[in-house]
Amino acid sequence: MTDASIPTTAIGISRAVRAGELSARAVLEVHLGAIDAGEGEINAFNLVLADEARAAADAIDRLVADGGDPGPLAGVPLAVKDNLCTRGIPTTCSSRILEGWRPPYDATVVSRVTTAGAISVGKTNLDEFAMGSSTENSAFGPTRNPRDPSRVPGGSSGGSAAAVAAGFAPISLGSDTGGSIRQPAALCGVVGVKPTYGLVSRYGLIAFASSLDQVGPFSTTVADSALLLEAIAGHDPLDSTSIADDRTTAARSLLSVLDDGVAGLRVGLVTELMGEGIAPDVAARVRQAAEALAAAGAEVGEVSIPALSYGLSAYYLIAPAEASSNLARYDGVRYGMRVDADTTAEMNTATRTAGFGPEVKRRIMLGTYALSAGYYDAYYGKALKVRTLICRDFATAYENFDVLLTPTSPTTAFRFGEKTDDPLSMYLNDICTIPTNLAGHPAMSLPFGAGADGMPVGVQLLAPALGEATMFRAAAVLEAAAPDLSEALR
Amino acid sequence: MSPNLTHEPIEGEHFHITSDVSGDVWEIVVGLEVHCELATVTKLFCGCPNMFGDEPNTNVCPVCLGLPGSLPVLNHQVVELAMRLGRALHCSVEPSVFARKNYFYPDMPKDYQVSQFDRPINVDGWLDLPDGTRVGIERAHIEEDTGKNTHAGGSGRIHGADYSLVDYNRAGVPLVEIVGRPHIRHPEQAKAYIDELRAILLATGASDAKMEEGSLRVDANVSVRRVGDPALGRRCEIKNLNSLRSLGRAIEYEARRQVDLLESGETIKQETRHWDEGAGRTRAGRSKEEAEDYRYFQEPDLVPLVPGADWIAAVDAALPVLPAQRRADLAAASGVGITETAVVITVQRDLDPLALAAIAAGGDGRRVLTHVEHNLAGDGAADLDPVLLARLVQLELAGQLTATQAKTVLADMVVTGRSPEVIAAELGFEAMDSSELEGIVDGIIAASPDEWEGYCSGDDKRRGKLQGFFVGAVMKATKGQADGKAVNAILDARRTAAS
Repeated sequence: MTDASIPTTAIGISRAVRAGELSARAVLEVHLGAIDAGEGEINAFNLVLADEARAAADAIDRLVADGGDPGPLAGVPLAVKDNLCTRGIPTTCSSRILEGWRPPYDATVVSRVTTAGAISVGKTNLDEFAMGSSTENSAFGPTRNPRDPSRVPGGSSGGSAAAVAAGFAPISLGSDTGGSIRQPAALCGVVGVKPTYGLVSRYGLIAFASSLDQVGPFSTTVADSALLLEAIAGHDPLDSTSIADDRTTAARSLLSVLDDGVAGLRVGLVTELMGEGIAPDVAARVRQAAEALAAAGAEVGEVSIPALSYGLSAYYLIAPAEASSNLARYDGVRYGMRVDADTTAEMNTATRTAGFGPEVKRRIMLGTYALSAGYYDAYYGKALKVRTLICRDFATAYENFDVLLTPTSPTTAFRFGEKTDDPLSMYLNDICTIPTNLAGHPAMSLPFGAGADGMPVGVQLLAPALGEATMFRAAAVLEAAAPDLSEALR
Repeated sequence: MSPNLTHEPIEGEHFHITSDVSGDVWEIVVGLEVHCELATVTKLFCGCPNMFGDEPNTNVCPVCLGLPGSLPVLNHQVVELAMRLGRALHCSVEPSVFARKNYFYPDMPKDYQVSQFDRPINVDGWLDLPDGTRVGIERAHIEEDTGKNTHAGGSGRIHGADYSLVDYNRAGVPLVEIVGRPHIRHPEQAKAYIDELRAILLATGASDAKMEEGSLRVDANVSVRRVGDPALGRRCEIKNLNSLRSLGRAIEYEARRQVDLLESGETIKQETRHWDEGAGRTRAGRSKEEAEDYRYFQEPDLVPLVPGADWIAAVDAALPVLPAQRRADLAAASGVGITETAVVITVQRDLDPLALAAIAAGGDGRRVLTHVEHNLAGDGAADLDPVLLARLVQLELAGQLTATQAKTVLADMVVTGRSPEVIAAELGFEAMDSSELEGIVDGIIAASPDEWEGYCSGDDKRRGKLQGFFVGAVMKATKGQADGKAVNAILDARRTAAS
């Protein structure tokens, strides 16, 4: 973005638009200009919706002119991960298999941001069906990291993270199944939040692993994530796993607690996620963050959560198992790609062979195997037990701590192709983020200075279920104390 | 069918097959699995209408089409109806979970079926058949129906059709699958089980239970074993049973087929077989290369279903009186045995309220039920005034009307609603006094000396035949007004006097 008169935050934009000081159209044009200038290199979007966005911005401006209030996201440009359904607009999951399909309905989160006045500028790139940690698994080519285009933006919500980091939109929506919001947020140097499972509706989010998926915000500031999360959170009768509103009141009141500070807050540094496998510069930044919280009055201690060591293994059975079932419907019969053949079964196979990329196929195979007769108990069944164990160990830790602090990702952004040949090293990217998905807890990543390579480091805050308010209080303190991203760790 | 096997039903409830070769006696063991569509307003997981026979693909939405991103929301009325049925079958309602049954089929929009697997809502009940047999119910769980394929062009069958059409109106329609235990021993019992279950489904309002529209579908697990053998034989599952007649025929055919195989030293392959009504035989389904593995796991898009004790109590309180109880009540009031046909039929025709009221008004129980069984099959019977029915039975027992006359009067009562006395008078059904009847009998004896001679001196067979001659002649002379029993008594007295 180049125009100094346009606020850089969603809060700033919506305040100005609601007050009639700034037109939504003017805000949009600046962002469309940034997209025009940078998208060729970054490839954050599968689809830019310039015309639709202009029409929506003009409608907001007319509403304001007529004395109406467009809502808390008035005129704020927003990018939407391309696994969220948008009515009449292609929704691809960055997969060939959904070629030509246009959903006849909007995801609940899309309706909510639209109702709140946001302007959708486009659908962002992702690892196919949200399976990956680098956005290299997209059928439409990788997204590049705006901080260093030779590096990956993380994934799977790489497009949504990059769009915010590049200034294409101040806020965006992603989805997080094992770290798909937090890890790219860390690698791109932005804020990303995975809310409590059930706080945000999954209706219209194309499923990867239903018991783990959750929609959440990206932004450049902690306050903007609070703003966006408040807009999308809340019970949805269309999602049976969404939590009743009377239980989430505190978790939806975030902007009002950002200045509450952390005095007396008990912060636990998780031992298992500070040692082996974590790059020294990343660990150093996390310790620095712990010191910053202590300096602000928090009681910082170390906590061991032994079951976390099994999180990755359990996740890579549970998530693929659910995915193998969720992705069965892409069979060529009703929508999307079809490769014709002599029989229905052969058509199913030919379509799925041509339509899915290698990582999606790998996980479908893994999951099918894990659920098979004779293997269920040893794999899927055991993974469910580990999941229970992780929840129990978290509960024990939260008896003594209010929030936990860990790295978001073991390393800063890596280079293209560095991990594509070795799926296991790619999977290890999620080692810090996966446990909270298994537990259904909230977690968020925010930038805290740069690593030895000058790339952003993300620190992760974890809280018990519906502990969003506490988590955001700590995040606001860390944000204020964070070293400048331009300063590499020496 | 094998020529060297004969069968004879041994007693009422067992169907035995005896081998001419070994002389072994085999019995049939049947367990039935019934799928029935619940009579809800909307589908199981969305707001689309649950309607049979609409224009294809008009009752569909993103949820029942399984579009990407859509999620199921459980229909409250489904749970209500499923519990109503479960409680009517004496099941306990348990906390349950939904599971996904994964397999590819084009009529299934998500390529998995949401069902209940290891934790069904209704478990461990029973159903009492009219013949007194208690058939255990293992479970009655909720699941979604599939769409419907039509194969067009070419051969018109799935293999060799030019193309296939899929109608998803039925996709997501709520079903309950009722799994019966293998307690059935006779094809007639299997039919009675379905009849009884259908009556319960209708009584509870759970389903319209129409076999011909497919809202009630029956699969039969059939095996055989030597009588006295405690172990169950290997079973075959018979599908495509579209009527009660098919059900009975298929079970009988399949049992014979299995006995035949076992008697020839072969083994039964556990498989799915299809009933061919035209050919009158079962056929093996297309053999699959490997056993289907459904990879069941808990449906993560739904939460566990835990109906509260209050809800279950409310369901219990609202249950109608069920057929078995109605038969018991009727048997107690009438003094007729609970398994007797008159009791069973009276309840089947929903005429037990009429019968009970007529009995309460002083009608003899057995006579009332006999009239219901034999003379009240048609329309209008339920509207009959029970007090008048009681009076008819009283007239009959007092000898004022013969059984034949009572039947005629009753038919008039159903149509006109008039009292039996008025009708009887109009038809000239006056009770004949005994001297008048004796005179008529004596006249006929006098006019038929040869027959009378035969009647008095012949053997039992001949006398029986000639008794019919005399009674017939008296009836003809009295235009049917004579009481057959009285005629017989006079004939008997005259014969004794003559000898």
